[in-house]
Amino acid sequence: MRTIRFLLQKEFRQIFRNKSILAMVMVMPIVQLLILPLAADYEIKNINLAVVDEDRSPYSQKLISKITSSGYFRLTGFENNYNEAFRLIEQEKADIVLQIPPHFESTLVRENKSALFVAVNAINGTKASLGGSYLSAIIRNFNGEIRVQLMQPGRFSRVEQVETPTRFWFNPFLNYHMYMVPGILAILVTMIGGFLSALNIVKEKEVGTIEQINVTPIHKHHFILGKLIPFWVLGNIVFIIGLGVSWLVYGIVPQGNIALLFAFVAVYLLAVLGLGLLVSTLCETQQQAMFIMFFFMMVFILMGGLFTSVDSMPDWARVIVRFNPVSYLIDVMRMVILKGSNFGDVRQKMIIIAGFAIVLNTLAILNYRKRA
Amino acid sequence: MQPIIVNSLNKTYGNGQVTAVKDVSFTVNENELFGLIGPDGAGKTSIFRILTTLLLADSGTAKVAGFDVVTGYREIRQRVGYMPGRFSLYPDLTIEENLAFFATIFDTSIEENYHLIRDIYIQIEPFKKRRAGKLSGGMKQKLALCCALIHKPEVLFLDEPTTGVDPVSRKEFWEMLGRLKSGGITILVSTPYMDEASLCDRIALMQSGSIMTIDTPEALTGSYPDPLFAISTEKASMPSILNALAQFEKTKSHYAFGEFAHASFTDKNLSADDIIGYLDSRGITNSRINLIKPTIEDRFIQLATQK
Repeated sequence: MRTIRFLLQKEFRQIFRNKSILAMVMVMPIVQLLILPLAADYEIKNINLAVVDEDRSPYSQKLISKITSSGYFRLTGFENNYNEAFRLIEQEKADIVLQIPPHFESTLVRENKSALFVAVNAINGTKASLGGSYLSAIIRNFNGEIRVQLMQPGRFSRVEQVETPTRFWFNPFLNYHMYMVPGILAILVTMIGGFLSALNIVKEKEVGTIEQINVTPIHKHHFILGKLIPFWVLGNIVFIIGLGVSWLVYGIVPQGNIALLFAFVAVYLLAVLGLGLLVSTLCETQQQAMFIMFFFMMVFILMGGLFTSVDSMPDWARVIVRFNPVSYLIDVMRMVILKGSNFGDVRQKMIIIAGFAIVLNTLAILNYRKRA
Repeated sequence: MQPIIVNSLNKTYGNGQVTAVKDVSFTVNENELFGLIGPDGAGKTSIFRILTTLLLADSGTAKVAGFDVVTGYREIRQRVGYMPGRFSLYPDLTIEENLAFFATIFDTSIEENYHLIRDIYIQIEPFKKRRAGKLSGGMKQKLALCCALIHKPEVLFLDEPTTGVDPVSRKEFWEMLGRLKSGGITILVSTPYMDEASLCDRIALMQSGSIMTIDTPEALTGSYPDPLFAISTEKASMPSILNALAQFEKTKSHYAFGEFAHASFTDKNLSADDIIGYLDSRGITNSRINLIKPTIEDRFIQLATQK
């Protein structure tokens, strides 16, 4: 125990003298949580719309003003025919072309139905599909309104209509921040823990201090523990700062037990630090360690369920995700913070993460050799 | 008991491609200052790393402080001090913190063994709040020596302790080693500087992984086989002297040694006047020739070229 105490004293001294690490730990969670959730917004706004109105009737006017007043679309072209409007798409000035055919209003009144044509530039897939569906939703809504106007009161009941009101649980207004902030916090904790630990033992190798340590009677597991604990503490500090920012800025208060959240992060950090230390024992230079960690981080983040839903991934990808500790943390964060899940709900994930922690740290201790 | 016993050690790197240590055997007696002398790449550091339990030899055995380097590494790590050739203390910790850290991991304290390091430590004590990374080369070496001594080791391993250190600090450093030795510590030191070799009790001259000879410095220089001459002249350049010597049929060896050319000859009865006469015939006039006492370096060159 005495040895560990002095190892920790030494590590903390070094950390507190390293201004850039301190700045990273303090500033990174604040800045990233302030910027990312606001910038990385799933809602698509400012979709450029070109309209070809060949009807020029009150109805077509009404439809266009309804679309532009929705706030999602920006009218960038008002053309006489489809070919001209399509030129706007080619010039990247329009994302969607809405063509209102001649006699739109009169056909609608007389025959009770009419057609519209929508052409979408699908180069940006997300923008195309979301823009297309926003537009159809507005048109559907418009359709409902004029139906009410056109129907005579007596015949109203004869129209069969299935209405599906939806209630969004745990995030009633589909507030994007509620969803993103816990996920980004999970990634922050992972990055701080993973990178700091991965670079640490390698740094001792680069500076040569490991040579001096290796000839001392220090035990391997003492040395690794001495490296693990300081970064575990730092990871928790980042997490506390992050929770504070999400409460102060986004008003997100964990619905579930905050102690459960901390308990899960505590175990999770052991797993991530174990990975970092393992990489650290495998590499000879900080550059190598950095690149290996980047590789893991990219996969972890992009396959962690933060940006894309894990459930919609192909089967083979879902198998990979099962070995991605970040996906468990993102899940648990959202479950506990938004849904108020209790220990029973996250127990399974907790056990898996504990397994990761044990395996990775054991490998790190075994792989750290005091002699070549 | 001899504190260091090395028995036909071999070590290769890169799957046997590079031989670093070739059949090396030597023993170091208690209270001895033993030097491994040889140029860079002679295998000195590999031997140090094997003896300090950082590296496994391919074959051969070694005992340090009575324990085998493979099976008794735990005991050895308690009992030896190692100062690697490269400065390897924490640059972001101060002098005092580095020393205290290494004392505590050996389960001791600065106060307990202060008497061992006092002579050295008082020289750097005024700067004890300064970070180790900001020290001068000589001060770094003194601190590293303190850290290697703080747990009262029985055997001290110093790998090129004076490389990159100014001449004054080098001299001081060797004086400190002399005092440590009289304090009862066995010291194995390596150096590429031949002039430091004469300060050791016994030395092993090394080249390309093997030991050429082991003896006291006096015995080594005394057993130089031929009379050795130092030749200098103000009129001719060094290359022309060397060139003239090379073409002399009685020349055994010749090389530049500072401002002199050192040469030995096959004919042991050759006198200085004979050589002056030869050089005159080659147009090198006014040359001065002295019969000199060979240095360790002369002996090293003689042994290295003999092979």
